[in-house]
Amino acid sequence: MKWRRTTAPRVAAEPLDQSRIAWLMAVAACALVPHGSHLPGWLIAVAALLFTWRVAQWKLGWPGASGLVKLLVVIACCAGVSLTFGRLFGREPGVALLTLMLVLKLHELRSTRDGHTVVLLGYFMLLTAFLYSQTPAMAATLGVSMTVITAALIALTGPPAAPRALLRHAVWLLAQALPFMLVLFVLFPRVPGPLWGLPLDAWSGTSGLSDSMSPGSISQLSLSGAIAFRARFEGDAPPARDLYWRGPVLSAFDGRTWRQGSSAQRIGDGVPHPVPGRALAYEVTLEPHNRNWLFALETVSTLPADVRVSDDWQLLGRDGVRTRRRDRFESVLGARPGIEEWSGHLDAARQLPRDGNPRARQLAQTLRAASPADTVEAGLRLFRREAFVYTLTPPLLGEDGIDAFLFDTRRGFCEHYAGAFVFLMRAAGLPARVVTGYQGGERNEVDDYVVVRQSDAHAWAEVWLEGEGWRRVDPTAAILPSRIERGLADLPAGEPVPFVARVDLGWLRSLRHQWEAANNAWNQWVLSYDQQKQRELLSRLGMSQPDWRLMTIWLASLCALFAIALTLWAMRRSGSADALARAWSGVDRALRPAGLGRETWEGPLDYAARIGRLRPDLAPVLSQACRLYADARYGAAPPAAATRELKACARALRRQRTPPHQ
Amino acid sequence: MREAIRRWLATLGGSPALPLTLDRRRIFVLPTGPGLAFGCALLAMLLTAINYTLSLGFALVFMLAGLGQVALLHAFRNLYALKLRETMPEPVFAGQHASFPLWLDNDASRPRPALQLTMAGADPVTIDLAPQQSRAVMLRVPTTRRGWLSPARVTLDTRYPLGLIRAWSYAKPAQRCLVLPQPESGRPPLPATAAGEAGVRPRGEGSEEFASLRDHRAADSPRHVAWKTSARTPDAPLLTKQFEGSDGGDLWLDLAQLPATLSLEQQLSRLTGWVIDADAAGLHYGLALPGTRIAPASGPAHRARVLRALALHGLPA
Repeated sequence: MKWRRTTAPRVAAEPLDQSRIAWLMAVAACALVPHGSHLPGWLIAVAALLFTWRVAQWKLGWPGASGLVKLLVVIACCAGVSLTFGRLFGREPGVALLTLMLVLKLHELRSTRDGHTVVLLGYFMLLTAFLYSQTPAMAATLGVSMTVITAALIALTGPPAAPRALLRHAVWLLAQALPFMLVLFVLFPRVPGPLWGLPLDAWSGTSGLSDSMSPGSISQLSLSGAIAFRARFEGDAPPARDLYWRGPVLSAFDGRTWRQGSSAQRIGDGVPHPVPGRALAYEVTLEPHNRNWLFALETVSTLPADVRVSDDWQLLGRDGVRTRRRDRFESVLGARPGIEEWSGHLDAARQLPRDGNPRARQLAQTLRAASPADTVEAGLRLFRREAFVYTLTPPLLGEDGIDAFLFDTRRGFCEHYAGAFVFLMRAAGLPARVVTGYQGGERNEVDDYVVVRQSDAHAWAEVWLEGEGWRRVDPTAAILPSRIERGLADLPAGEPVPFVARVDLGWLRSLRHQWEAANNAWNQWVLSYDQQKQRELLSRLGMSQPDWRLMTIWLASLCALFAIALTLWAMRRSGSADALARAWSGVDRALRPAGLGRETWEGPLDYAARIGRLRPDLAPVLSQACRLYADARYGAAPPAAATRELKACARALRRQRTPPHQ
Repeated sequence: MREAIRRWLATLGGSPALPLTLDRRRIFVLPTGPGLAFGCALLAMLLTAINYTLSLGFALVFMLAGLGQVALLHAFRNLYALKLRETMPEPVFAGQHASFPLWLDNDASRPRPALQLTMAGADPVTIDLAPQQSRAVMLRVPTTRRGWLSPARVTLDTRYPLGLIRAWSYAKPAQRCLVLPQPESGRPPLPATAAGEAGVRPRGEGSEEFASLRDHRAADSPRHVAWKTSARTPDAPLLTKQFEGSDGGDLWLDLAQLPATLSLEQQLSRLTGWVIDADAAGLHYGLALPGTRIAPASGPAHRARVLRALALHGLPA
């Protein structure tokens, strides 16, 4: 017999039993499944193999992995990770290595300490799953996973219990943790990340407008119902036909593809010059698209501090938009910027390739009119007069695409019209450029946000006119005015209308609005809850000047309040037997002021007999009370009913305790 | 240092004398090793959430932080209002384990799982209490010396439900266990000879001499049953052999009569062994120690009295 130290026994060294091992395997499964969609295939295979092996060891009594096997697996997988990702550090390799650690840890579950390691790794894996997806569905999945992991933690500590009971207990504990979570979430001072340089692979796979336009690029994008951004206006939203969200401006043309020109590079501070007119204020919540341009209505007049604007009035953030971002802009609709444009930019806006598209050049000469404004009008009239068709599926164009489009196929999407129009204007000697962006947007009645989708992607033209500045000309509006009024829903019959844009499915549309409003609320209030949103919310809650000190004080106070409430709950007396004892002591309290209290050594029946001798007037009620208590406590009588009757007896005794006057 | 802190903690919350109801001043809570690791993991997760601006990451971290807080309260609640009382332990022979019974009374309508009782020198005991259950826990301590053995301070602790927080409380039982001298192994047989022989002065006839048969009584030792007689007449009731010594002869176990070459402890050890033998043989025996004389008698009460005198000989009562 060894004499042990007086310290607490080392629970950590306890071996794990089979049911706890089963729980730990459930932890690993719950932590790994959300990662299945993005881990490399070979790693999933290795993890599944190791996991199955462990299950076989548990269920079928297979031999476990030896130290050598584990070492080889680690070496092979590290090599695999560095081959797949090109390095061993960073987000993706980190998650891959965590996965590996978790699965290998299952093969060395010797003590409770190992169990705790698995649980902590499991919690950490849940966090890393949020790096890839933060949808409500993912949150719900991980909520379930968190419950399972917490149940495993209870199983590690507590006595053996049925899985259902453990899960219920975990839910109960998490429900109590919820108020703390909410308080911390709202009040924990948010630091704008990142704290340190993010690995290169932090962002990937987003869609949106690009910095070039060739036939087909925008119509391809239009098929996507994905949301590009949402806007909320302070006041009423303008009609959809006035909503031109400016994106990349393309002023260089090589005969086939339009690209950004020199004016996109020259970036000044603030807007190039004040924009007169009544400004419209709104907030844009932009989905990540991994490029650095932002979208605002033409023509922007007020910018947030960290947004700059190029010479061609394109808004640029400092870095690529990799997380959802929110900016407040002011714009003056219908303003014509650039009256005094630098001649270098104007020259660039007249450039055409030396040859190619001869018929178009010829046509342009016929459009030349007395004034530039008339030339523009003549160009638009051309599109209106001739039989042009607006279609999402234009035929392929080969060499001299603009000629082929203008004279042969005459079927095209907005990029064809904008490109051809700008070409004609340039050939006619006017400075012109292509502007890409989004046009319109759909107001969601549920939350009053204007939703702009990839299907609203659009291209239009800008022509510079002496004394007027850059005038927006949308040739698409000349072909198909309804495109501008109502979006893609009014494409000619037979056209493959993007599913999200169809109007005929009214109920589906309203369902979609509800769903998107919920999504937007999730994005706005949960995912994009940042410093700005935090201040906004706290001010709305009546906290003037919310800074981190005030927030910390509130945070601590509210957490303390919840902790105290929980403590009081923990310390309250409970249970039916307790209730019986309380009711019984109520009888004692009723009689004690009259000097008739029960002695500590007295049983209920003795007590009744003694008081009955002293005060015969109390005897009937008291002896009934004592019998009730004795039967409930020591006999088979149900305590609940006895408790009720005992309380009634105590009340009666309190009334009777003063001796009757002689 | 640790011990000093432990002693200081033990003075908090009033006297830990039993019986005891654990109230809020008596219950201490601190994170366990896994609890500290959990805290470190949360910090790492918080930094990750900040760095990647993971709103749901924040939510997860805050949820787990709340869970830690809840674990603290539940560990506290697992001990809160628990009642502890003690009963007296049974005497044991030196070398055996003394068992100190501690009673845990759960008056609450909820279970109290994973309660652990620890005492210096004793194996820790973990029990689960059902709602409104009272259970005795035996803290077994090995014994080496005869005399009174008082238990050390008892620590009652629990890590339930999450193992992240340890709540504990102290109790100081007033129990003491009588440790009897270890019966000498390979001791000489009970002296059966006449007065004057070493340590034994039998009164009357030799105790080993068969005298007569009488009806068996439940208290008779099985070794005195006349098995052979009974086997011959299976329908007849059992008979007990009567010996001369057990009727009239008194056996005196006298310390002074033992060889002086033995140490006092060895002498007491031999006498203890003889008491067991004499009791098993159903003899009338008395004890003579310097300063103590116990008149010859038999039966469990007498045996206990004699053994107690042997255990405490020369020690403060």
